[in-house]
Amino acid sequence: MAEYLIKNGHVFDPVQHIKGDKKDIAIKDGKIVETSALSPAAKQIDAKGKSVMAGAMEIHAHVAGPKVNLGRWYRPEDKLFDSHKTPGMTRIEGGKSIPTVFKTGYEYARMGYTFAMEAAMPPLYARHVHEEIHDTPIIDEAALPVFGNNWFMLEYLKNHEIENNAAYVAWTLNQTKGYGIKIVNPGGTEAWAWGLNCLSVNDPVPYFDITPAEIITGLIETNEYLGLPHSIHIHGNNLGNPGCYQTTLDTLKLAEGFKAKNNFGRKQVMHQTHLQFHAYGGDNWGNFESKAKEVMDYVNKQDNLTIDTGNVTLDETTTMTADGPFEHHLGGLNHLKWANVDVELETAAGVVPYIYSPDIKVCAIQWAIGLELALYAKDPMRCFITTDHPNAGPFTRYPRVIKWLMSKKARDERLNTFKHTDKVIAATTLAEIDREITLYELAAMTRAGPATSLGLSKDYGGLKPGMNADIAIYNINPDKMPSDPEEIEKAFSGVAYLFKDGKICVKDGIVVDNGNKRTFWVDVKVKPNKQVAHDVKEKFLKYYSVNEANYSVPDSYAPHPYVIAVDATQ
Amino acid sequence: MKTVTLTVKQAPELYLECENITPDTFAGKKADEIAQLPAYQGKEDTTLGEYFTIAGEAGATAAETQIILKGDCSKMKYIGIKMTAGEVIVNSSTDMYTGGWMKGGKLVVKGDVHSFCGLGMEGGEFLIEGNAGNYLGASYRGDWRGMQGGIIRVKGNVGSDVCTFMNGGELIVEGNADVHIATHAEGGRIVIKGDVNRRVGGQMVKGEVIVFGKIGLMMPGFKYIKDVDLEVDGTKARFAEHIGDLGERHPTRKGEPVYGKIFLKK
Repeated sequence: MAEYLIKNGHVFDPVQHIKGDKKDIAIKDGKIVETSALSPAAKQIDAKGKSVMAGAMEIHAHVAGPKVNLGRWYRPEDKLFDSHKTPGMTRIEGGKSIPTVFKTGYEYARMGYTFAMEAAMPPLYARHVHEEIHDTPIIDEAALPVFGNNWFMLEYLKNHEIENNAAYVAWTLNQTKGYGIKIVNPGGTEAWAWGLNCLSVNDPVPYFDITPAEIITGLIETNEYLGLPHSIHIHGNNLGNPGCYQTTLDTLKLAEGFKAKNNFGRKQVMHQTHLQFHAYGGDNWGNFESKAKEVMDYVNKQDNLTIDTGNVTLDETTTMTADGPFEHHLGGLNHLKWANVDVELETAAGVVPYIYSPDIKVCAIQWAIGLELALYAKDPMRCFITTDHPNAGPFTRYPRVIKWLMSKKARDERLNTFKHTDKVIAATTLAEIDREITLYELAAMTRAGPATSLGLSKDYGGLKPGMNADIAIYNINPDKMPSDPEEIEKAFSGVAYLFKDGKICVKDGIVVDNGNKRTFWVDVKVKPNKQVAHDVKEKFLKYYSVNEANYSVPDSYAPHPYVIAVDATQ
Repeated sequence: MKTVTLTVKQAPELYLECENITPDTFAGKKADEIAQLPAYQGKEDTTLGEYFTIAGEAGATAAETQIILKGDCSKMKYIGIKMTAGEVIVNSSTDMYTGGWMKGGKLVVKGDVHSFCGLGMEGGEFLIEGNAGNYLGASYRGDWRGMQGGIIRVKGNVGSDVCTFMNGGELIVEGNADVHIATHAEGGRIVIKGDVNRRVGGQMVKGEVIVFGKIGLMMPGFKYIKDVDLEVDGTKARFAEHIGDLGERHPTRKGEPVYGKIFLKK
């Protein structure tokens, strides 16, 4: 394979604590190596006046699977006048908030991303998720199966049977080629099948007689029993409602006292996703306000937590979540269209289009909350930037979110031109924050941080010799930071170069190679468990609409796997 | 105002996508520049010059530009799409999406138009001297933003699903209409001088439908309220006012619910 030497670039790498120093980076056989290991034939890339970072890692996005596709089916208008072919090797790209798989891969790569985590895989439809992942070019991907409303889990955890629950989780990860434990509205989505919801961590789930708090702590214990690379990944109860920050604090407090046990360098036991949707004060839409500071004060002092932001980008988008009751509620608020998928014993999902209008006070406050969260984060290694694509906005807006975070001028320009600017300023603290995220902090929030949280820090998220050669080079010079914030957005929209596994996939913002995309999944070995084997067999006979043999994802669905083996037999 | 005349010299074998035939695109261009404008036929990237003889020149702005199309345009789609000003006169029939998302100006089709014309129209005047197909003034498939402003007048008949998701503006049909009128409408006004087949105002939240002829079958969600005298498009008459769709949500104004209305001539 080709050898490259990236010369004279300003390197930002939290893994080696390099903060913009000029340093050469050498690539050989898909890995980063010492410069001395290169042969004279190595191609030189001049990165003078540019910033060099590891490939960015998306920790939470809805980019593949049945609910994404449901969005594509029922929103043909999302592709209206937006289905285009750019010159070169790429295929037709279409869609704004629910792009085609090709556009998904290309756009991530153009922004310097090399990995994306599909945030909610219904185990029953795992095959569909993997089909779409396989068709998404360039970027590596993984998917988190949802467990927070799963009947097996509810029954095991009701009796606190951690070992059985762990054996079931291990079986599911293996069957679905999944990566870790995702929880969405624990208990609430199941309660909704009974016409109810769980809006606090103590609301009992009907029939199963378990509370969300018991589900969450049970799954933390399960996760640490197995020693998975990622922690539980949670979207808590009561999302999106005024005053929900109390539920969020209650949820986060459940992690107190738990310690991460794993061999992957992960330190957190809970990843709280799209925190923006969970940081609302007030008790109605009239006195709706930001509680970002209260929530982040707690997160900052608990080092066994990581979060991602879920920044609202002020676009027309498509919300989609396994929080079925919430989507039903949202559909009733905006009267657009609502779709729902029920997934038998496992979960449900809803889809509703949404317009985050700068003219609506609540939307503008949501925008401010997302930015406040990142700006209040003391440790950028524990706070990651997302838009919860496509819920708070399409991932293609990351360059704009970065612009707002890196430039107070850009933030203030936006903040001062809302229709209800005064009310937004009164309901938030954004106007008082002077902090501007640095390129080094950005590298932590988008690279080293997510890699550590996902348990991939050995090979990803940094530029240390021995690590995988996923590298993004941006047209931004830290010595001459542009005075016009638009230049920041432009620089992060199209990389000068993107190396994926040591191969140039994007050059000057143009895709030049489809890369060697891989599917990451976690294969956990557990002690044989007769009880769980029996329960699985019984549930398939009694309840599932498919046979057990038709449930698993065959190897042919993920022909380029990156399997992380975990031994939990000890 | 300056005039550009496009005369069809060769009928497309498939359908020609004419989204560039608008005063906005033509503005400031000479005949030879207009001939170079792209037009897809199927997957083939062709130019307007291959299918039209182009004479005259455009004005400096869209408002100063008139476009006249001569010859058979019945296989031409998207004529006048998104136009904001100026005038387009088509001397024949046209295909789908004619006048879609129009914002201003005047569009005249002397023959028939096919389906999906005047989609999501926001302003301007669209006159169809023949008949119109289905989905006239409706929203794009899946979208909730149907006709929002402007006026469409049809001298002949219209097909089905007319003004689905209408939010504003006015449609006047001098002939008859088929099924599904103003489904999901949240505003606007539809006048039908002839008869309507059935299913008028299904899931209608707001807006008005005025029918001079007969409605084959009134939707069960509509209720007769009272008789009113109205002057509609120059005609004074007595109408039976119905409100609905009672099965749908309705906003309130000053404490009173706002309904969709059907006025049926007595």
